[in-house]
Amino acid sequence: MSETRGLGRIFTDPDPDALRAHHSKKGMGLVPKVTTAQDAVARFVSDGCYLATGGFGGVRIPTALIHEVVRQGRKGLGFCGHTTTHDFQILAARSCIDRCDAAYIVGLEMRGLSPNARRMVQSGQVELTEWSNAALLWRLRAAAMGLSFLPTRSMLGTDTFVQSAAVEIRCPFTYKKFAAVPALSPDVALLHVHRADVYGNCQIDGSTVADLDVAAASKTVVVSCERLVSSEAIRSEPDRTAIPYYMVDAVVEVPYGSFPGNMPGEYYSDERHLAEWLSVERDASAFAAFLERNILGVDDFQQYLERNGGIERMRELRCLELLIDTRVEGQP
Amino acid sequence: MSLDYNDMELMVCVASRFLEDNTMVVVGTGGPCAATMLAQRSHAPNLVAMFEAGGAGAQLRALPISVGDSRTWHRGITSGSMADTMNALARGQVDYCFLGGAQIDPYGNLNSTFVGGSYDKPKVRFPGSGGANDLASFAWRTMVITPQDPRRFVEQVEFLTSPGYLTGRGGREAAGLPPGTGPYKVVTQLAVLGYCPETCRMRVESLHPGISLQQVRDATSFELLVSDDLAETQAPTERELRLLRTEVDPQGMFIRR
Repeated sequence: MSETRGLGRIFTDPDPDALRAHHSKKGMGLVPKVTTAQDAVARFVSDGCYLATGGFGGVRIPTALIHEVVRQGRKGLGFCGHTTTHDFQILAARSCIDRCDAAYIVGLEMRGLSPNARRMVQSGQVELTEWSNAALLWRLRAAAMGLSFLPTRSMLGTDTFVQSAAVEIRCPFTYKKFAAVPALSPDVALLHVHRADVYGNCQIDGSTVADLDVAAASKTVVVSCERLVSSEAIRSEPDRTAIPYYMVDAVVEVPYGSFPGNMPGEYYSDERHLAEWLSVERDASAFAAFLERNILGVDDFQQYLERNGGIERMRELRCLELLIDTRVEGQP
Repeated sequence: MSLDYNDMELMVCVASRFLEDNTMVVVGTGGPCAATMLAQRSHAPNLVAMFEAGGAGAQLRALPISVGDSRTWHRGITSGSMADTMNALARGQVDYCFLGGAQIDPYGNLNSTFVGGSYDKPKVRFPGSGGANDLASFAWRTMVITPQDPRRFVEQVEFLTSPGYLTGRGGREAAGLPPGTGPYKVVTQLAVLGYCPETCRMRVESLHPGISLQQVRDATSFELLVSDDLAETQAPTERELRLLRTEVDPQGMFIRR
């Protein structure tokens, strides 16, 4: 039987010994890792490296860290497009990416497609290898398990397989067909969580999406958190630790750090601001001014928040998230 | 309450009737989610909705905007992770999934990746599979809600993102997909379509009120089969429309788009 192999390129080394060698040089001590977004990105995200983001596109994404990548002008990045929506849109705004494992890109679910992200992809300037969300998840999990691949039945029989870098194999026990998907170990993962201590022990409320696999698979992990908590808080409920310190290289405290995304239990997505992003992308000069006002020309993320409604808007988004009816009695 | 209804209300009401009580459905946002919420309120109180990012069993109070947002586990059973949903699908624990797409062919294959140009330089790039390929590979029955027109209902999809019956009967099994899975119903603004058991090609099963078979054919670029028991779709009932407008989507976020 001839081998059936996807046409796509593998952008990262699937060899588990590469990740082992990386970890062997890294200290595993329980040491404080608190820093700023600016410093973490300057130190860990270099031009050309392969990046993954946590969350689910418009939910619990590390917006503040992604803004910093754009502000510092990183170029030639590889990217893990695992249900990436607003995160992909931000990186596309300044064409930071030149290769991408694509499972879900250029769209923002029900909100529509990003005109600018589409322009970038349709121009051919980003090399794509196609996957499904589960296939990308198993690729990350393979790396997290110290393996070089995992078998899955996703993608079989489709053009998604043809444009992937998967290889059709037979199970040695059942002789059934599977798609072998290569381990994916990102150079850097950017995650946003609810709470972390100074060592990088992280708690997440609600769905963990694929963050545990992203964190475990990546060579370097930068975490931003809504708030820093004491190590006592972590140790008082160890069953709540979603990501332990030994996977984490830097911790940054950024309240509202996922805005305009939804932070479960904290604030809902800002649909007004996301709609503004989508509409302003249609006009090149308006888009340039928008980026200057919101990302390039601000000192830090707090200034971005202030320019988009500040604490009053955050309060509204909190009430929306908690489904609290804020109408004043007797008023429409 | 007026029994006038728009296309989206019609599609949501009709689709909701195919979701049986005590089953599990993995849904996307918009129409599929509205149909699920309506089914739960009309005839299937124990229909469990699972979302791609992990949420399951939510008692939905508001339509989610993202299949990963916090609404998807509001008063739910678990908030979970994407692996939880994907594994449940792969193990055969999901009865239905609910998809859309830019193009669909006679075998229910779906394209949500690109149209025009080539893969490397597409004229219009869409998001790609997301979880759609996984849902269509593993759910026992795949439901589709989509507007019907000749550009969407095509002889051959330009890119086969998510599997229907692939090349016809036996195509899925030959490709290695789990036996017994595949497309089930397609609900459009004109008709309910199903699949001929022998050929696995799409066939018209019921026409919506006031719609002729010719109108459905005119909206389709391939040869449509017609069921021997071609019926008229029951129009949305007053109760369905009331639940949809007052409880499922009171703000008209999706049904009046």
